Amino acid sequence: MNSAMNSAVSTINAGMAPVATPWFFYVLAGLAVASGVAVITRRNAVHAALALIVTLLSVAGLYLMLYAPFVAGVQIIVYAGGIMVLFLFVIMLVNIERSSKERRFNRMWPVGLAAACALMALFVSAIAKGNKLFPDRGMTLLESSNTQQIAAMLYGESSRMGQYTFAFEIASLLLLVAILGAVIMTKKKI
Amino acid sequence: MLNAFMSYLGSTVTPGEAGNQFWALIYVLIIFTGVSLAVVCMNWLERKALAHFQIRLGPMRVGPHGLLQPIADALKLMLKEDIIPTEADQFVFWVAPLIGLLAAFTVYTVIPFGPSQAVSDMNIGILFMLGVSSLGVLGIVVAGWASNSHYPLIGALRSSAQMVSYEVAMGLVVVSAILMTSLNASGTGTLSMIGIVQAQQQQGVWFIFKFFPLGFIAFAIFAIAMVAETNRAPFDMAEAESELTAGFHTEYSGLRWSLFMLAEYAAMIAVSSIAVTLWLGGWMRPFPNLLHAPACEFIFSLFPGLTFGGLAAIAVLGTARMPAHSFFKIQRIGLAAFAALLGFIALLLLVIAVAGRSADTSVAARFREGIDYVYWFVLKVAVFMYLFIWYRATWPRYRFDQLMKIGWKVMLPISLGVLVLTAIVGVIFP
Repeated sequence: MNSAMNSAVSTINAGMAPVATPWFFYVLAGLAVASGVAVITRRNAVHAALALIVTLLSVAGLYLMLYAPFVAGVQIIVYAGGIMVLFLFVIMLVNIERSSKERRFNRMWPVGLAAACALMALFVSAIAKGNKLFPDRGMTLLESSNTQQIAAMLYGESSRMGQYTFAFEIASLLLLVAILGAVIMTKKKI
Repeated sequence: MLNAFMSYLGSTVTPGEAGNQFWALIYVLIIFTGVSLAVVCMNWLERKALAHFQIRLGPMRVGPHGLLQPIADALKLMLKEDIIPTEADQFVFWVAPLIGLLAAFTVYTVIPFGPSQAVSDMNIGILFMLGVSSLGVLGIVVAGWASNSHYPLIGALRSSAQMVSYEVAMGLVVVSAILMTSLNASGTGTLSMIGIVQAQQQQGVWFIFKFFPLGFIAFAIFAIAMVAETNRAPFDMAEAESELTAGFHTEYSGLRWSLFMLAEYAAMIAVSSIAVTLWLGGWMRPFPNLLHAPACEFIFSLFPGLTFGGLAAIAVLGTARMPAHSFFKIQRIGLAAFAALLGFIALLLLVIAVAGRSADTSVAARFREGIDYVYWFVLKVAVFMYLFIWYRATWPRYRFDQLMKIGWKVMLPISLGVLVLTAIVGVIFP
């Protein structure tokens, strides 16, 4: 897979050859998996949250390697910078001494295991059939106009509606409803 | 070797774009050294300026006019005992200052000191800067929690709430500035830091003056939000020495404490650079379109040399005004040597300005241009750094509920309004 990625990259960016691409991929992927494991095994909630930040950042690095800098930037701002700060904010108000002594796994673990296995099977089958599902010849790696391309997809260009405009608007409406819901639930009287 | 060096000096692209890791490393080292040096200068300047605001002298003993005080401070901090409280979370306590420091210094990869004087030009430059600088708050929050003590925890909670609220207004005004970059023939904007300055160059106006007063209001909101973002007075709720002793770094001492200070000042320089890039024309000198005759170019290129000449003159004046008593002999010699150093730099810059005065593509001309770019950028950032000190000396600290009220009920609506109005005006008068 890596050699395919490398050849694709080198044909498109002859003047700007990426550095040690497989090396970066394995470091980032290893970091993401290791810190992901730490998230669920750490007893201390703050340690788990910090490990989750490392996971999110290494996934952002993987996005960068996939020539999707916009997604990487948004991942850092929204998840690592915004949501995780709020997570930590809430965790700090919780009594950690008590929560770290409680049993972590409840009786629902067989269900969780089954769901995890199903997801794993899905991933394995996706990788096995990968060559048909994700042909690499259709890749367009235009890093320099990534943001503009996303904008064209979401909002359309020159009086033509974008491919995902409708879905995007629906998603933003849903988020707006969620914001209003949060405000209404916290305010007793409006 | 020499040829390779000269070709780098005359380079027209950033090392990131050229894909040259070695040259990028050199740039990183230069910027790291420069920022650390700027923090040292800032430390001295802040103590002196604050003292003068309050009709005091400030540091006077270590070196002439306390010029060696930052070095003495640094030595003291390195030799101080490094205490980790027994009840603290050892690992997190250890890693917290590093998070803040890493976030503050990573931002400098995309700061454009000139059209090719940056480590790299990212397509998502401004997004990257906002994202990474917002990671700095994690260092503060985690430090407050790891100390396992009440005051630091309150400081950390305040800091996280404050950051999250002011980031919203900050992001919205940044979007309004990015909207302005799309007002060109192709109608496509850019997020790249270099691209934003080039857009201002093309449109012939700094974005602070664009669609007056919209650009100015956006800039003002950013200038307020960035003070809150860096936890500086009057928004230094996280430290609030009169309420929380020292806030999130109460339990820190020695080198670790100084890392927090380094991160704070580096972050201040970084956010000022964002403001300069987005609204104040980045590396451009004043009136590049109006006064573009060769004579004007030459006069403006003398500015860096003249600035250092002025500083040297002040130092000479200080030497002359030193009391004649023999106690001050060493201080007088030291200040004279400092004046000589400044004068030498001034002379060097003037020689470069004269040697590179032709507007051709020779290495000397390119080098002179580079110095001009960096000079104007640094000068604009320096104004902001002085403003930070001025705010601190002038305004009392806000109360926390006032801070939240201003963030959510004043700045957020105004920045939303500015964003919408900028879009409307941009469509009507493109």
